[in-house]
Formats: sequence, C-alpha cells, structure tokens
Amino acid sequence: MLKLRLVQFHCSFLNFCNNGKRSCPILAQAKAGTLLFTPMKPSPKTERSWETCERKSLRFPLKLTRRLICLWLILVLGLVFAVTGCSCQSSTSTPPISVAGSTSVQPFAEKLAEVFMSDHPHIRIDIQGGGSSAGIYAVTQGAAHLGASSRELVAKEKHLVEIPLAWDGIAVIVNPQNALKNMSLEQLRLIFLGKIKNWADLGLPPHAIHLISREEGSGTRNAFEKMVMQKQEVSPAALVQDSNGSVREIVANDPYAMGYISVGLVDDRVKALDIDGIPPTRENIRNHTYKLVRRFLLVSKLPPQGRVQEFVNFVLSPPGQSLLEAEGLVGIKE
Amino acid sequence: MNRGKFIERVLFFLALSSVTSLLLITIFIFMEGLPLIISTGLKNFLFSSHWAPTRGHFGILAMIISSILVTLGALGLGVPLGLACAIVLAEFSPQRLKLVLKPTLELLAGVPSVVYGFLGVIWLVPLIRDYLGGPGLSLLAGSLILGIMILPNVISISIDSLDAVPETYRQGSIALGATQWQTVRRVVLPAARSGIITAVILGMGRAIGETMAVIMVAGNALQLPTSILDPVRTLTSNIALELGYASGRHREALFATGIVLFIIIMILNLSATLVTRRK
Repeated sequence: MLKLRLVQFHCSFLNFCNNGKRSCPILAQAKAGTLLFTPMKPSPKTERSWETCERKSLRFPLKLTRRLICLWLILVLGLVFAVTGCSCQSSTSTPPISVAGSTSVQPFAEKLAEVFMSDHPHIRIDIQGGGSSAGIYAVTQGAAHLGASSRELVAKEKHLVEIPLAWDGIAVIVNPQNALKNMSLEQLRLIFLGKIKNWADLGLPPHAIHLISREEGSGTRNAFEKMVMQKQEVSPAALVQDSNGSVREIVANDPYAMGYISVGLVDDRVKALDIDGIPPTRENIRNHTYKLVRRFLLVSKLPPQGRVQEFVNFVLSPPGQSLLEAEGLVGIKE
Repeated sequence: MNRGKFIERVLFFLALSSVTSLLLITIFIFMEGLPLIISTGLKNFLFSSHWAPTRGHFGILAMIISSILVTLGALGLGVPLGLACAIVLAEFSPQRLKLVLKPTLELLAGVPSVVYGFLGVIWLVPLIRDYLGGPGLSLLAGSLILGIMILPNVISISIDSLDAVPETYRQGSIALGATQWQTVRRVVLPAARSGIITAVILGMGRAIGETMAVIMVAGNALQLPTSILDPVRTLTSNIALELGYASGRHREALFATGIVLFIIIMILNLSATLVTRRK
C-alpha cells in the first residue's frame, strides 16, 4: 500500500512536470497490479508483463483486434476488386475522350459534352480542369485527346493543331452604384499599373480605387496583361482572387472596387464598363471593335480523327455554337 | 509465435508507415523547391518582395512579413481570450457549467475553415470596409478570423495544464490566506506556465499554417502592408492561390515557399516540445 502511494506521489509529480500528460505508465501498472518490483532492469520483464496482460485482460480485445484486421483486409481486397472491376468494365467499351485544360473553358466544355453524350450514348467524354498550360502539356504528352486553352499558343507550342472554339470578351466591372460608364484603354492601364489610385482622377467623388486582379498564371490575367498592360506588371497593391466568381462577388459588394472577368459571367449585380466608348456587346466582341477579346481554343497533337473529330465537329456545328452563345460566349462561326 | 509479439510487430509497422510518409513529404518538398532557392540565391528569395514568378522574380519577403503579422494579430486576439476562458473554466466555474462549456468550445475546433472564411467574407469584411475603410479584405480581417480559429486549441491545452497543477498547491495557498484570484495569479498560473506557453506556440502554428480562411478574407495583395487595413498575402495563400496554374520555375518557387513555411512550423513545434520538456 505504501508502495502504491509512493508511486502515486511520483506520478503526480511527473504529471506536474509533464503538464497535462496525465497517463503515467508506472501508475497504470501499479493499479493493474502488474508493477514489477525492481524497475531497474526492465528489459527481460517487459515481455513477461505483456504475457500477464494478455492472459488476464487482453483476451477479448485480442479477438476484437483480429476481427478488425480481418475487416481491414476485406476492405482492402474489396477496394482492389472495385478498382480492377472498374477498369475491366471500361476496357470492354471504348475509352472516353479526355479533355483537359483551362478552368475558364471547363464549364462550357462540360455543357457541350453533356449535350453531345446524350446524342451519342456510346461515346463518353471526360472533362478536367487544371489550367490552360496543364491542358496543353497533357496533350503534348498524349495524356489527353484535347486540351482546352484560354490563352494563345506560344511559339514552342505551335506544332499543335489549334481549333478556335469561341470568342470571349474580358469585361472591366465596377459596382452598379458607381456612376462611371466609360474609360479609355490607357486609363485602364494606368489604373492597374497603380498610377491612378483615386476615383477623383476619373471625375468621381474622391475615394481610393480598390483594384481586384487574378492570380499569377490564370488565363484571364494572362489575357488581360497582354491586351491592357502591354507587358507591364499589375500593381502589387491589387487584391488577388482565384476565380472569376470571387472577383465578381467582391465588386458586387464593394462600391469602390474595380475588377475584370469573363464577359459571359457578368450579371446584373455588377456593371461592365465601356472601353474607349465601346460596350462589350456580343456584336462588338465578334467584330473586335471591343478591344479586350481573347479566343478559347481546343488543341490536339494531331488533326482529330474518329470520335474526337465527331466531338470537334459538333462543337463547331450550329447547335454547338448556339449552345456556347446561350452560355454567354460569342461563337467563332457566324 | 507469441500473439503479443505479433501484434507488437504489426503496430510497429503501422507506426513506421506514418513516419515514412512524413519523411517522403519532406524529401519531396525539398527536392522540388531547393533548386529554385539555389538558382535565385537565398538572399534574393527571402529578402526581396518582388514576386512576379512568370517574369522570373521570386521574392517572398512581403509574404513572410504578412504571415508573421497576421499570426501576431491572431495571437493578440486569441491568447487573452483563450487564456481568460481557460482560467474561468478551470478555476472559477462550477462543475456543471464546465461540463457544458468545454465541449461547446471544442466543437469550435471542428468547424471547417471554409466556414470561418465564408462568415468572414459575409459579415466581417463589410463591417471593416464600412466602418474602418479600406477594401475590407485585410490584415485585420485575417487576424480576427484566425484569432477565433485558434481559440479552441489555446483553451483546451491551457485548461489541461491548469488542471494538472496539483490541488495541494491551491489548498496551500488558500491556507496561507490568499484569495482565490491571488492563488490563480501567483501560484497556479506560474505552475502551469510551460503548458500555457505550449498552447500559445501550437496556436501560432495553427495560425501560420491556416490557408483557406485566410485566402478568403485577407485580400492576397502582394505588397508590404502599411496599415492593418491593407490586404496581405500569406505564405500559405500564395501556394494555394497559384499552384493550380503554375508550371516550371513558378511551380518550383511555390514549393520553395513551402520549404520556408515548413521550416517555420518545424521551429515552432520544436520549441513547443522543448518548453514542455524543460523543468
């Protein structure tokens, strides 16, 4: 009894030192009655204590453990079968057409694929995001049939076949409370350079302009930098958001904000500005009087054939193009 | 074959696999990121705030400073609140109140960070914009949200360390004529000091590592902040924001950012361990 108390004291002291680590192995052993008398040489006796524990109290938990292990094995085996089963299944039918790339193109590509697949039930199309560069890379590597890109191909990618899909305007948006209607391309550039910082410079009541840009590497930002910034950097003071949607959300809530998003995603909570007096309407985007226009491309390694060609033809056909128009883009074909 | 021995082996193997994954992650991050740090030069990487990865500028100073500022702000809010809460729960509240309050607070830890971020964007950001000025998405918003997020960590670890102070200390102090508050302040808090410091350091680790909520409320601008109302970008936000589109050197630069973050968090965790071990 005295020994137990001593151990308790020792443990509470340990506890105090350890601050919060309550469990004390020696106390636990003492309570369980398995404390060995000389803790000086623990090496041969640890095994015995295992055995003692096992004989006395571990029988039920051991069964449980065995069951757990069985369960785990079954789960793993099940998973393996599920995976192989899937691959068997898909190998019986033709492999799906894979399209990878720009997240700006992705929602439109998904819409197209959906309609195409309902007309051609034997063809499956997988659409993945990942970004324009990732899509182009996947096509070069042969990992995807088609890449979707919201930027133009650079020189070393020119060997790929490019299939223009649609025009997309980039709208400069402000809050609907903002009285501004029009600005010049030069003003826009100076604003995003951080040279014009106040709405007063644009003839509005003075207040700081809250700039909102996209993250480095984004296709929309890339296009914006090319068309507006003339290779200069966007001001580091600009807020950065990682999607068209969140840029729109901020501009919709902040009366002093200005940002840029894809024209297809402009809604009535934000106001798109005229650039050099030209509003970003469908007509102006198609005939390029509106300046901020980029192309959406599909790229492939070789000219598309077979099922892939069927899909590409559908995209460029009048129903495919009108589908894109309905989603807010401007079709590449008249 | 001894069953106990067998189970011991299995458990040992499983334990090893978790350590292995940590090791693999470490190796992977360093392999991906180190080449860039070497080619840019450590000085240019750490002490320049010009970040334009697609143009070949890889300075992360602004983000390091922003990370530190956001974290300090979070501690400024989270530690006093958390500690006060822990003291009340451990020392002054009746058992029944404690039984209700403690699990409620621990529930806070289970709320996903996106939810904190969303609440921040919907409630906090407009409040800051309307009453304090600036774009609302700011250092202040990030600090406040993180301060609330680290509360459960700070509180639960502090409570545990306060509870671990032996009852005899309190009895002794009160027997000497000290009031309950004097006992807490002069005896219990100093005795629990190392546990409380651990709580703060772990809270700091959580704050510096948090990503989602910070991306949503901090604004992610690349500049060095000049006021608490300026938007800032932390190290974690930088990685999460740009990784989706990054390729080549840009991608390496993000992994290099990861290395810096990794080292900061390692230092924090190590110092937490050291503080607990001392004495």
